[in-house]
Amino acid sequence: MSPLESLRIAARALRVNKLRSALTVLGIVVGVGAVVCMVSVGAGAQAEVSEKIRTLGANLLLVMPGARNSGGARLESGTQPTLTVEDAASIRRELADVQVAAPLLSRSLPLVAANRNWVTVVAGINPDYLVAREWQVASGRLFTSDEIASGAKVAIVGAVIVEELFNGGPGIGETLRIGNVPFTVIGVLDKKGLGAAGRSQDDVVFIPLSAAKSRVLGAVRGTTREALDFISIKVSDTTAMSEIQRDVEALLRQRHRIRGDAPSDFRVENPADVLFARGAAMRLLAGLLIAVAAVSLVVGGISIMNIMLVSVTERTREIGLRMAVGARRREIRWQFLIEAAILALVGGLVGAFLGAAAAVAIAWKAGWPVLISPWAIVLACGFAGFIGISFGLYPAHRAARLDPIVALRFE
Amino acid sequence: MQPLVRTVGISKSYPSGGTIVCAVSNVSLVIEHGEFVAIRGRSGSGKSTLMNLLGLLDRPDSGTYAFNGREVAKLSEDGRATVRSHDIGFIFQQPALLPRATALENVELPLIYAGIPPSRRRRKARDALDRVGLGDRGHHWPNQLSGGEQQRVVIARATVNDPVLILADEPTGSLDSATGNEILSLFEALHREGRTIIVVTHATEVANRARRLITLHDGRIVEDSSASSDNLRPAALSMGSLP
Repeated sequence: MSPLESLRIAARALRVNKLRSALTVLGIVVGVGAVVCMVSVGAGAQAEVSEKIRTLGANLLLVMPGARNSGGARLESGTQPTLTVEDAASIRRELADVQVAAPLLSRSLPLVAANRNWVTVVAGINPDYLVAREWQVASGRLFTSDEIASGAKVAIVGAVIVEELFNGGPGIGETLRIGNVPFTVIGVLDKKGLGAAGRSQDDVVFIPLSAAKSRVLGAVRGTTREALDFISIKVSDTTAMSEIQRDVEALLRQRHRIRGDAPSDFRVENPADVLFARGAAMRLLAGLLIAVAAVSLVVGGISIMNIMLVSVTERTREIGLRMAVGARRREIRWQFLIEAAILALVGGLVGAFLGAAAAVAIAWKAGWPVLISPWAIVLACGFAGFIGISFGLYPAHRAARLDPIVALRFE
Repeated sequence: MQPLVRTVGISKSYPSGGTIVCAVSNVSLVIEHGEFVAIRGRSGSGKSTLMNLLGLLDRPDSGTYAFNGREVAKLSEDGRATVRSHDIGFIFQQPALLPRATALENVELPLIYAGIPPSRRRRKARDALDRVGLGDRGHHWPNQLSGGEQQRVVIARATVNDPVLILADEPTGSLDSATGNEILSLFEALHREGRTIIVVTHATEVANRARRLITLHDGRIVEDSSASSDNLRPAALSMGSLP
């Protein structure tokens, strides 16, 4: 008997009991679906992390103001201005591997352009900041040193701002009111996409730090004009990140006159590390889910074995009849083995399809790139087929071992 | 020409309820090509076991069995399956059709295992159904057919591969007498075509149709209507001229 013939007979037997066949493969469907989904989500999350690290600038350290003791009360991190422009300048000056140390001061402020308005992050920077972030203008120009020195009312905006306030138009030369102060747009930035916190990085307005302090933010804050939100440090040697991190810490502790083991009033962070840790956690979670999925595959295999055993018993007379008219034992064995394999493979394919669909849905919801791994599909379906065949072996063996006389008399 | 069936002292015993029952004991039997033989006996006389042995569904414990000139008593399971698929057609008591296959597919079954390619298979199966008068019912399911029609499908299946031996076990057991007679007429027609038929039955009307009657009792042949007569010539030759 040809293999095609065996396949036809097996497919026919499965079609007879459609609902039962469908329920039998559910375990395999869930198992394969979960594996494909998790591998794809894991890959997507990984790609997302890499992409964020890339847009952030891989060789970036952040110095943020930390908690400060004020008369015995520990004040919340960031509430007290502890970092100054002078700190930034001295980091740049004193540490060899630091390429750029860019101070940044930002606030959420209402913007008005013509008859449109928008609330977004307005950040006072020096051109160094854009160097640190490896960020270029798509059109227009950067701040000149004159503009920085004089606190000129000029702004460089992100792509989202152009969209929201200037109707997607060029935007260059337009007037933008920040708070109540009119600024002239001189540049539009390259698109960066979503940032680490899930917020669009392009939804931002940059103005000279001096202008921010003197014209916009100083009035809002009512605090010292020297205060900074954070300092971005671009390092020339990425292999020395942690050393430089220590050096920056030592330098700032010295500058802030923090002695011995007293806590620092600032934090030095490596954002890439945070993202890497998040990626690793995501991979671990996906790995655990894949392990659960593997268990589900085995359970699915057991359910196939169970139903195949029931089927062999139910069809004892059929088996006897087939043997009487000339079916050899191996032909009976193949028939049942192929049935089990078809069950598992169909379950695997349905599972792969559902898993891929789920992965697309999750990626879409989370804003990740969709990465359906063809290897995950091939491997999961292959494993499902392997499970089907190995758990089908025993029932098929039982069917083939039947004595035709006994099987024919079976009621 | 070798006789179709020649057994010498075959025996078969089964364990049953703690004791060993000798179902067939020391049976020696010669059946020529073209004979129409009825094996008769009460239930428990061993006639079903003898049929299983003659049909190569089972293997004797002792004795020798030459089927169509070939020694088959020691043949493996698969070897016997091959002989069954090519040379023997079985007619069982009902229900003996696959319920989830059409009449045509049921008739095709032996051809599948004999390795006949699909197109020729379909043609042969149609011809076989035509011969039993069911040419137009090929696509019916077994449960759409009457008992007599079902048994005719079984006969079509038993003859589809041109077997040298047709074995029937109580072929009219579950049919009313009129339908039973139709089936028996089919058997006689098959016999006239020169086929060798062995029927196992306890019904006298079935036994009466046969040309030779063997009676079993406690696993032994106690009577053989032709054993003493000399007309052991191939029945096909002598019966060819009968109406």
